Amino acid sequence: MNSTPKSFSEINSGLNSRSLTCVKLVNSYLENIQSQKDLNVFINLFEEDALKRAVEIDGRLKAGTAGKLAGMVISVKDVISVKDKPLTCASKILSGYNASYNATVIDRLLEEDAIIIGKTNCDEFAMGSSNENSFYGPVKNPVDKTRVPGGSSGASAVSVASDMCLLSLGSETGGSIRQPASYCGITGLKMTYGRLSRYGLVAFASSFDSIGIFGNNSSDIAVLLEVIAGIDKMDSTSSNEPVKNYSAILKNNIDPAKVKIGYAKEYFEEGLDSDIKNGILLQLDKLKKEGFEIREISLPHSRYVIQTYYILTSAEASSNLSRYDGVRYGYRSQNSSSLEEMYINTRSEGFGEEVKRRIMLGTYVLSAGYYDAYYRKAQKVRRLIMNDFENAFKEVDFIVSPTTPTTAFKLGEKVDDPLSMYLNDIYTASVNLAGIPAISIPAGKDRNNLPFGLQIMGKKFDEAGLLAMWNEIKY
Amino acid sequence: MAVSIKDVEKIALLAKLKFNEREMEKLRGDLNKILEYIDKLNELDLEKVNPLENINETENVSREDKVKQSMDTELALSNAPSKTGKFFKVPKVIDK
Repeated sequence: MNSTPKSFSEINSGLNSRSLTCVKLVNSYLENIQSQKDLNVFINLFEEDALKRAVEIDGRLKAGTAGKLAGMVISVKDVISVKDKPLTCASKILSGYNASYNATVIDRLLEEDAIIIGKTNCDEFAMGSSNENSFYGPVKNPVDKTRVPGGSSGASAVSVASDMCLLSLGSETGGSIRQPASYCGITGLKMTYGRLSRYGLVAFASSFDSIGIFGNNSSDIAVLLEVIAGIDKMDSTSSNEPVKNYSAILKNNIDPAKVKIGYAKEYFEEGLDSDIKNGILLQLDKLKKEGFEIREISLPHSRYVIQTYYILTSAEASSNLSRYDGVRYGYRSQNSSSLEEMYINTRSEGFGEEVKRRIMLGTYVLSAGYYDAYYRKAQKVRRLIMNDFENAFKEVDFIVSPTTPTTAFKLGEKVDDPLSMYLNDIYTASVNLAGIPAISIPAGKDRNNLPFGLQIMGKKFDEAGLLAMWNEIKY
Repeated sequence: MAVSIKDVEKIALLAKLKFNEREMEKLRGDLNKILEYIDKLNELDLEKVNPLENINETENVSREDKVKQSMDTELALSNAPSKTGKFFKVPKVIDK
């Protein structure tokens, strides 16, 4: 394994002093990818393109015309469009599809000379918490290869944890960045809903989906976020809230005396592993000693989060995934005598088991007679959950909790029990229901030496606050 | 309200999916287990709660109605599993 620079500032000083070039850097990452092929991280590796671009950017660096992200090598979860490249969503149903356009975030980062090294494996259509639901096979956790890396953005987390790139773009619907970050011992940031354009992010549940970033330190994520955030006319749900100068904000230290941190008692009840519980309480204690005010708060509707989440996301998914019919792109079943049969065969052969289960659940809750009993009801509970957060944030600036109830489980352990798999999202999905930002930061290791994360949830559009708080968490 | 095999068949038809007997039985079990868990929401009194339909509660985001270049036919057809001329090709819809 090559040791690669751990931060963008280290890369920049290397590039400035000419001790490093983009070509050298890309080659180091490529070697690390080759030597860790057994982790099954990439669905498509952009080996040639990345090197070609590295040569061009090295030229621009010499000429002094390079963009802000020159030297930043990024992997991208394969649910985000990169023009002319295969886009699979880890599903058979998108076999043979080449993206017709760039996602807005991709356009923006390429404009500033970032290099995309490849597309990472994930759960099919981002549905899953273990990265085992992939047509391209499961991904392994580098900390312990008999365990899952988490999901759905599992391979994105692994690519950063295993020095295959500096940063990775993943996506979240209910914890798909924070949970794998926790399982792999790195940091993942989920933005406020609408902070990043969803144009070019394949839709799973449109009122939840958001792109997020895995990284090793706050300033790297800050630099990337400044480039890719902001309103986009191609996504009417992207926010016109001004983009902050995250890097500048991070330069000022937090004054603990001015910050109130809440901890929700509902997040420390039964089901939480005792090592994780103790680890998070220890961190809270440290923050208290540094001068932060720690206050107990309540999020009374926490026990309804998973139910609400699965009704709404499955309903949205069943609608969003109706577009995969074998007509315009991707896989088409060959032996059909009618159009109707072609739709049914294509979808039945093209989707994996978990995706079909969610389409079925979503179709059921939206079907005649059940709409009010499930979908409408869940929309109402969603408001109560959002209100819980609004009330809590009147009292505190941040809410700290565990990211996951356990550390990484064994490959195959939960594949036959969807409900127990869904319960992995118990501390993360509330954030997506409320549309707020949250970050998972490495906070300790359990008795088996497996990492776990601490989650900080923030007010809408306070990504800067979350990044600044990251600098305060040390274990 | 437990889901029956007949319900699973009906939902599959709506979702344009088909399953064999064994898959059907597994789905019935899974759906019942998930729905039983979901029924916990019935504990709540939701009479006076407004459903949350739009997370940032934005209203009427619109743009100017101007003609712009969109994806050209060739690019749109480039991923088609089957095509003829300027069209996507599918199995016959009308019987002979």
